[in-house]
Amino acid sequence: MNGVAPARPAENYLNWNYSVRSWLLTRDHKRIAILYLVTVTLFFFLGGAPAVLMRLELATPAGDLVQPETYNKLFTMHGVVMIFFFLIPSVPAVLGNFVLPLMIGARDLAFPRLNLASWYIFTVGGLFTLAAIAGGGVDTGWTFYTPYSTVFSNSHVALTIVGIFITGFSSILTGLNFIVTLHRLRAPGLTWGRLPLFAWALYATSLIMVLATPVLAITLVMAAAERLLQVGIFDPALGGDPILFQHLFWFYSHPAVYIMVLPAMGVVSETITCFARKRIFGYSFIAGASLAIAVLGFLVWGHHMFVSGQSVYGGMVFSVLSFLVAIPSAVKVFNWTATLYKGSVLFSTPMLYAMGFIGLFTLGGLTGLFLATLAVDVHVHDTYFVVAHFHYIMVGGTVMAYLGAIHFWWPKMTGRLYPEGWARFSAILVFVGFNLTFFPQFVLGYLGMPRRYHGYPEEFQVLNVLSSAGASILAVAYVFPMLYLVWSLKYGKPAGRNPWDAAGLEWQTASPPPVDNFEVIPVVTQEAYAYPTREEKETP
Amino acid sequence: MEAVAHQFQDFRQQHEASRLGMWTFLVTEVMFFGGLIAGYTVYRIAYPAAFAQASNRLDVALGAVNTVLLLASSFTMALAVRSARRGGRWALAGALGSTLLLGAAFLAIKGFEYAHKAHEQLVPGPNFRFEGPEAKPAELFFSFYFLMTGMHAVHMVVGIGVLAVLAALAARGAFTPDRHAPVELAGLYWHFVDVVWIFLLPILYLVGRHAP
Repeated sequence: MNGVAPARPAENYLNWNYSVRSWLLTRDHKRIAILYLVTVTLFFFLGGAPAVLMRLELATPAGDLVQPETYNKLFTMHGVVMIFFFLIPSVPAVLGNFVLPLMIGARDLAFPRLNLASWYIFTVGGLFTLAAIAGGGVDTGWTFYTPYSTVFSNSHVALTIVGIFITGFSSILTGLNFIVTLHRLRAPGLTWGRLPLFAWALYATSLIMVLATPVLAITLVMAAAERLLQVGIFDPALGGDPILFQHLFWFYSHPAVYIMVLPAMGVVSETITCFARKRIFGYSFIAGASLAIAVLGFLVWGHHMFVSGQSVYGGMVFSVLSFLVAIPSAVKVFNWTATLYKGSVLFSTPMLYAMGFIGLFTLGGLTGLFLATLAVDVHVHDTYFVVAHFHYIMVGGTVMAYLGAIHFWWPKMTGRLYPEGWARFSAILVFVGFNLTFFPQFVLGYLGMPRRYHGYPEEFQVLNVLSSAGASILAVAYVFPMLYLVWSLKYGKPAGRNPWDAAGLEWQTASPPPVDNFEVIPVVTQEAYAYPTREEKETP
Repeated sequence: MEAVAHQFQDFRQQHEASRLGMWTFLVTEVMFFGGLIAGYTVYRIAYPAAFAQASNRLDVALGAVNTVLLLASSFTMALAVRSARRGGRWALAGALGSTLLLGAAFLAIKGFEYAHKAHEQLVPGPNFRFEGPEAKPAELFFSFYFLMTGMHAVHMVVGIGVLAVLAALAARGAFTPDRHAPVELAGLYWHFVDVVWIFLLPILYLVGRHAP
């Protein structure tokens, strides 16, 4: 770039109209992404609040802060809000919406109005769940197992189920939009083999969203029918099978965890190459691994049900398949590591989050194999070992990648740079707080502390106090980005078109981009991540 | 109709994208109904006698009439798409209207069936009554009967609404041989709803009716 400070374009997607109406009736994928950013952030803190209370309760062995029924409501709301209203939409609906069309050289998604409808559907579903919380909450666990949820619970099950049912359509429509966009709106010359890996990740995620979410929808319909109309489907008194609910529920909810992690992995692919300034190692293997995870992820749901009374032979098959699904994830970890090897590594904030992801996801993934082992799972099922495992992936993995993505694309979205010092400090604080919170939980689970209990034997207190202390650090670490990112909107340095000197079509247009994304639709002539190799750099 | 949307280069791309979008949506619908069919299948394998007895309480004649109505409506829908491609304004509006009426007739018969079932106390819940040792699983059958045909009926209502709008637009000459994508997309949706019924008919109405 030359020495002149890049001027903000006269008109961009943010400043062409400031009215509320232009925001709430927008068809612009970039504005819809910002709408999602705001709502998803609200839900993050709404889901975090019950966790704060839970960790406070668990600092002492006695159940002395809240009633048992209240504690049940806390962990239910934490799970429901975090999974359905934060993690599932986070990377796809915020970063996917903003970046995907730019990344493929398109002017918008295939169906912009459907995109806006997705956000409204998401928000309406969220309001139903908020109403359930305000009305006193749900105490079934986010898994809604029958017959407790359909017959015996006295909490707002139906209201919450309706909220999740509605929000599910937001997921389905976003996935549909991404699939059609990737098939039909790629810029000239942008073959599938040249697509950035974030796009591949979103494609695989969208396949899961589109195929799995409808099964959750119909399962929730059945559960609601049983609860509201006393129509017996899972009721043993009628010859029904409560385990059928579990099969149907987990048929969606296992692939759902891949909805949560695949986009995060896509983010890591983008940030690792940019800040190692090196072509990604094994591009086609990473792309293929995303698809393999999506396919295999549909075949392992029974590993949540090893001790449910499910057939042991079925359990063995699910166990083997669960081992298989770990392989493509491992392939990605090896490829990212190989990308770092002999790269020119810059420890920017997105790189710190990406490295944190790789370490924590690996630990979480390996402990998944412990859980996939039938004999071990009998011992640790429904203990804190499971809780630690999935938090390592969803928080140590997805949330860190989400934060890394927000920082990486912040200059593009806002035209401003965030303060790098504060951002790096926060990233490290997140890493420290996270490990202090969740590593002790592996030990607790192995020693036998059950999950979803608000009290425990005294010998577990030290580990629980460590975990609660870590949670307080984590909470602070999550607040810092809120503060400095908002600060940067007004006081951050202007970013320019490509502050990271990154490859990728989104960096070819202005920051923030114009409403129509590109002056002229680019023509693609080279592979993704065409960073110069060492040979190319050495020859003048 | 309107100009090409700004994210597309030309109408061909826009049309192809819409078609892919509708097919993808239909795949999600397959998974949606598939969950119900999977649940139904589990129970049918577990309680074959009960399901056969319960199925015998459904009116096969009405089911057959409904099937003929829906198949006819798919025929008129195909005629509508053909008219749209050829540019016949009143032929198109008439075909869409016929499809709509046939669908409405289907729903009317369904409503009659439901009322009759309620009268016979075959609606699951506190009022359910079924004689014989297989009463409990029979209630399961009827839970699935009402859920499956009810979901199907909801989809038909949406389809009829869409057809009404399209018929009105067609009568006003909104569609041309070059610009009639909504009619094609509605056709895909309507045929899908028909195919779902083709699955529901045998598994609900024809259980245990084969010769011994």
